[in-house]
Amino acid sequence: MAAAQGEHQVIGYGKLTSVWLCLLALTALTVWLSRLDLGISRIWGSLAIASVKGGLVIAFFMHLRYEGRLLRWLLFVALVTLAIFIGFTFFDVLYR
Amino acid sequence: MMPTRSFWNDTGRTGIAAWLFSTDHKRIGLLYFYTALAFFLVGMTLGGLMRIELMAPGRTIMGPQTYNALFTVHGVVMIFLFIIPAFPGAFGNLVMPIQIGARDVAFPRLNLFSWWLYVIGAAVVITSLFTGGGPPDTGWTFYVPFSERTGTNVSLAVFGVFIVGFSSILTGINFVTTIHRLRAEGMRWGRLPLFVWSLYATAWVQILATPILGVTLALIIAERLLGTGLFDPTRGGDPLMYQHLFWIYSHPAVYIMILPAMGAITEIIPVFSRKPIFGYKMIAFSSLAIASAGSLVWGHHMFTSGMSDRAILIFSFLTFVVAIPSAIKVFNWVSTLYKGSISLEAPMLFALSFILLFSIGGLSGLILGAAATDIHVHDTQFVVGHFHYVMFGGAAFAFFGAMHYWLPKFYGRRYAEKPATVAWALMFVGFNITYFSMMLLGIKGMPRRYYDYLPEFAPLNLTSTIGSWILISGILLLLVNLFRGLRKGEVVGANPWGGATLEWTIPSPPPTENFEQEPVVTHGPYDFSKAGMP
Repeated sequence: MAAAQGEHQVIGYGKLTSVWLCLLALTALTVWLSRLDLGISRIWGSLAIASVKGGLVIAFFMHLRYEGRLLRWLLFVALVTLAIFIGFTFFDVLYR
Repeated sequence: MMPTRSFWNDTGRTGIAAWLFSTDHKRIGLLYFYTALAFFLVGMTLGGLMRIELMAPGRTIMGPQTYNALFTVHGVVMIFLFIIPAFPGAFGNLVMPIQIGARDVAFPRLNLFSWWLYVIGAAVVITSLFTGGGPPDTGWTFYVPFSERTGTNVSLAVFGVFIVGFSSILTGINFVTTIHRLRAEGMRWGRLPLFVWSLYATAWVQILATPILGVTLALIIAERLLGTGLFDPTRGGDPLMYQHLFWIYSHPAVYIMILPAMGAITEIIPVFSRKPIFGYKMIAFSSLAIASAGSLVWGHHMFTSGMSDRAILIFSFLTFVVAIPSAIKVFNWVSTLYKGSISLEAPMLFALSFILLFSIGGLSGLILGAAATDIHVHDTQFVVGHFHYVMFGGAAFAFFGAMHYWLPKFYGRRYAEKPATVAWALMFVGFNITYFSMMLLGIKGMPRRYYDYLPEFAPLNLTSTIGSWILISGILLLLVNLFRGLRKGEVVGANPWGGATLEWTIPSPPPTENFEQEPVVTHGPYDFSKAGMP
């Protein structure tokens, strides 16, 4: 893997700032969404925005975009598991 | 006499520092082992006291508040401080690196840090018993809203468990990395001993599920200290959300407890049947299947909570699904025994009783997993009986079997066989009397966590308490015999049982570096003929 061989990808300030601005914009979007009367769609919307934000943080701030395939797969499995955990609680919450 | 270059004396440090700051996986394994065993003895004492209180109706030796504290601390100690850390921490550390042909785990310092976190977390839990409002009285599940309102020292106790959880996560990360990266030449995935496969599956559960426990416990503290209202319906919260979060971790945690135990049993059975394991691939696969499917069944703890009917249906179905890989394991163990040359020494006695007791525990679990029957026995003594069949008759019996099987490797001496057999017999009889009585009491309608009961439950409660005395006497005899043997018993060679996995190819006790030369693996872990066994 790249990290194991000591090759560190340097990400420029410009790119990091753009990602940060994206995160702020998405946060504003979440707040705006929470004030609309969309019923259950509001939750799915908020979860979708949160997923995109998490993806940006992982890819750029945590450098996973520049890591090897094994590490990406391991993290993918972990995130899918988390998504399933959250999703399964909706079998209760949505139909109670 | 110990070999001069064993891990016991081949170290730069001396005294207690040689243990407390050692990064050798064998020393850390023994640290885990003795810490966990000490907590087991504490939990056993608390359990024995509870049985004495329940010996007769009304107050016997303690009042209701003390009883509430006792079952809470018994549960917290046995689950978070004994069973969860015991198998991966003790035998995982002792045996797994040697079984894959490695010199140590991938992150030895992190390994030591894990043990320190475990001890610090345990110290915080113990401190909570004697400070603030006294020992928590919520039960080990810390259910809201009671855990938010009780004046007992819940915040400190859950903070201690929070710290222990980090220890578990770090052990999981260490083991996954070790198994991926440090296997010896020729140790392909298809040649991994099945104990290693079970630890691998367990490690993933530790990594993925334990953080959710940490978050949940942190939320209890936030509720108590900040009044956030997350679980309070009057402020938009949802008390059932707590139960979801708690069981998302705590049901998979059952598999953290039982999977390595199954792995140890899978090592013992072929060796004492003098026969290769039946269905290697299916056992390895079933470990992964139990870990993944077992993570999706938490809702079966909540059938009477007011959860939606659709959720009940789905979680009930998934609970039945997870029984399949468990049954695959039982089938393969029994098939391995078939036409084997069975040798009934202590490890094998514990392994055989594991199969029976775990099967009773597993099948009684299906009674709880079926929504209709669960409503009848939910929160009764039946649940307590079922749980102890799986956790004590399963995980702890396997732990005792593993002690007899592997500790001679690390001490170079062995226990005496006859007292070990007597101890096993006492434990087996005492266990069944204690916990089968509880299951009967539950079917008759006696609730769990009550310090008093109606007179019609008295005979079975007395029977159960007498059973607990037989059980405890068996455990004490086992420990005295085992540790006397490890100090003064017969000296054993490298391979006293005739095993074919790598730990039996190195001296007993092993040298610090495990292997003189890096091993090259040329045969499977249960291929006795190629390992030079008759």
